[in-house]
Amino acid sequence: MKKVKLIKIDVDKCNGCRACEVICSAFHASPKYSSTNPERSRIRLFFDPLKDIYVPVLAGEYTEAECNGRYTYTINEKRYDECSFCRASCPSRKLFKDPDSGLPLKCDMCEEEPPLPEPLCVQWCLSDALTYEEREEEEEGKEEEKQGEMEIGLESLVKKYGVKAVTDTVTRLAKG
Amino acid sequence: MRYAETGVNLEIDLSRGNIEKEGTDPRLTELHLGGLGTNAKILWDRVPPEVEPFSPDNLLIFSAGLLAGTPAPGANRTIVSTFSPQTLLMAYSMMGGFWAPELKHAGYDKVIISGRSPSLVYLWINNDKVEIRDASHLQGKGSLETAELIRQELKEPKAQVATIGLAGENRVYFASIEQGKSSASRGGIGAVMGDKRLKAIAVRGKKDVNIARPAELFELCNEVLKYIQYRAENPIKGVPPVIAGLGSPQEMAIHDEEWHTTNFAWGNARYRRKDFWTEEVEKKWTEALENARERFISCYNCPMKCGGTINYPGLPTYMMKCYSKLTYTMAAMSDLDFGLRIAQRATEYGVDAFSTPQVMAFALELYEAGILTEQDMPGMPSDTEGRFFWLLDRIVRREGIGDVLANGTYWAAQHIGKGAEEYAHNNIKKHEQLPLKLGMLNPIYYLMYCTGEKANITQIEGQFPQAPFPTREEREEFVKDWVQVPDEKFKQYFLDWDPRGERSNPYYPTIEASCEIVDWQETMHYIDDATGICAGLSSFPLKPPYHIHNLPRVISSATGMDIDEAGLWEIAKRNRTLLRAINVRRGLRRKDEKPPEDHWKKRFPEFEAKLLDEYYKFKGWNNEGIPTKETLHELGLDYVSEDLERRETLKNEKSQGNKVRPGTKRDSKK
Repeated sequence: MKKVKLIKIDVDKCNGCRACEVICSAFHASPKYSSTNPERSRIRLFFDPLKDIYVPVLAGEYTEAECNGRYTYTINEKRYDECSFCRASCPSRKLFKDPDSGLPLKCDMCEEEPPLPEPLCVQWCLSDALTYEEREEEEEGKEEEKQGEMEIGLESLVKKYGVKAVTDTVTRLAKG
Repeated sequence: MRYAETGVNLEIDLSRGNIEKEGTDPRLTELHLGGLGTNAKILWDRVPPEVEPFSPDNLLIFSAGLLAGTPAPGANRTIVSTFSPQTLLMAYSMMGGFWAPELKHAGYDKVIISGRSPSLVYLWINNDKVEIRDASHLQGKGSLETAELIRQELKEPKAQVATIGLAGENRVYFASIEQGKSSASRGGIGAVMGDKRLKAIAVRGKKDVNIARPAELFELCNEVLKYIQYRAENPIKGVPPVIAGLGSPQEMAIHDEEWHTTNFAWGNARYRRKDFWTEEVEKKWTEALENARERFISCYNCPMKCGGTINYPGLPTYMMKCYSKLTYTMAAMSDLDFGLRIAQRATEYGVDAFSTPQVMAFALELYEAGILTEQDMPGMPSDTEGRFFWLLDRIVRREGIGDVLANGTYWAAQHIGKGAEEYAHNNIKKHEQLPLKLGMLNPIYYLMYCTGEKANITQIEGQFPQAPFPTREEREEFVKDWVQVPDEKFKQYFLDWDPRGERSNPYYPTIEASCEIVDWQETMHYIDDATGICAGLSSFPLKPPYHIHNLPRVISSATGMDIDEAGLWEIAKRNRTLLRAINVRRGLRRKDEKPPEDHWKKRFPEFEAKLLDEYYKFKGWNNEGIPTKETLHELGLDYVSEDLERRETLKNEKSQGNKVRPGTKRDSKK
């Protein structure tokens, strides 16, 4: 069993106060709570009050490469800016990078010992735009599934390049 | 390292286009905290009383509150201070929103504007980089429109912009400074910004704000948040719904407007309509607001939702908070639908929602009375709502009669003459007030109206109920969990306060108790105005989460200074006394300290004089309302008494304050 930690975001309940940004940056300061700076926060609010756009986004994985192309969403006639819902720290934007070092930032659900009952952005969101849930999830046949995936991949390579070419490549990679 | 504050002010001389970063003296933080306190110190030191509000020598100071940008919930206020073209006294107005924390993160506590730019400009503060930029393309643009254009032009969607609209550009005496849903509206500070030809200040910041004792402050913040939740679940019983909770009056959420519509005066602060509120009206107004309001919105790091995004069909979206919902509606004897429509235009123009509707209602009364005529109002529509729009358009452009009205009711009446003065009846110190007309004199409110340096009641009152509760049982219930009182005696004052009989207004609370209650209320506001914590979580509502017992710890843990309750009280007193001294130096005297003549029907001249006598004594002022040498000495303000003494010898040379001011339409050739 593994524990899944989930922050649920209800954009309709967001009141745009950015308390989530304030407390996230304070929690991750060193020493803890010794400074605030929304620019260092691992949750940022995309907001445009005149267009009624309020999207809290939690920092996800760092990625080396940006997407091929960009995208926008229009929901209920509201057009969201490029990459509004994307959580990545990526080369195409300044978001989720430490303003001093440029290093990527990533939400860690406020991990600490002893664990907090809820991440702080959730605790400080009195509007309940952010709520927290934990649940147990079965880790069914993880190992086998992975091997199966690899087999499928190799099989398609064999079909395309032939067994010998694939074997040679694998051997060379193994040596390198 | 400096904690909570940055220790740096920006000095901008618009005449020369000069920009300096000045380190500040930490000793001043110990003496005055920040915000209004240090603003007052700068104005005392640098703006002599001879300086006219519309002078390059006048300063316009934008200050982040001391705690803005720290995790303290609701610490987000910008305190703007200057000298008012309307009252000729010190003006200070505050705004919430997002501007102050952004300024802190850019690395500054204050922006001090001096001089006057040769052409319209805006200021762009981008962390260390600060530039004065051309704003000629923004001339005449609305406030929200300007903010949007600047963000686009700078390619900085996260820049926070404080801006004036057309009213500020044309130096309307009640022009505001707007910033999203927030505004610093009172005292005509937008006119001073316009006089300096500064259209806007945009700011973007990415630096840390440091906290001295992090864990302690974090704990205190959590307690504050918990108490906010508790108060949301436990509104105060026995008071109107709009003031039963925290925040500013919850005008965007609450539809029951019986209290405002039946207790406040309509028109030019004239008529009580005791039977106005009916089911039918409630249904209509509820629909109007529900259809227009898109979302409840907040200021930076505050869970209260005092504002609303208003999306009225066919009009550009704008944001609204608090009582501006009803000021236009009631001044025009109209309905909420009209109020929501005209507030959109007024917000873009950037005008104060208290003064503006009253100025227009005043003009229409003069017209009905024949004091203003067709010749003054050529082409004015015949319906009241149309007339309000028509007048608003002329006032902000200073066109025709608008040029006179743009100076507010006091100066307009002086200019018009023919008995118009009688119609400018709802002012304190030349400044338009809430349209309240009541029966029996209330000694607490009498003192606040007379002596408040801001000349604006809603930002002096709070903490203590506005009126006695009907029964002893209800009062006992109220005082049970009243932890905010500085001293247990305040509970007794409230318990003993009856609606009728021996222990009722005007003679109860006693003079002594009234002085103490006013002093408590005022002190809490002076603390907030220095820290930048919103009055809506602190000095304004009943039973707020911030109070005299936890504020010293909040301030100490954030800043590292060690301040106890007595110390904090003394700082607030120092700031309060300094403001008084600034205004005294500009000519303020006892004769100016009076409520609007008709605020109460039942008045008691001798008793009122005694109230004022005793209050002055209580404050350590002489009988003219001037702080005594001893008082100033105790507060470490000897330099103030020296200056006052020196000037007293010159006191008959120039009398300040009552000369008729000329129209101030700007000469375009200049």
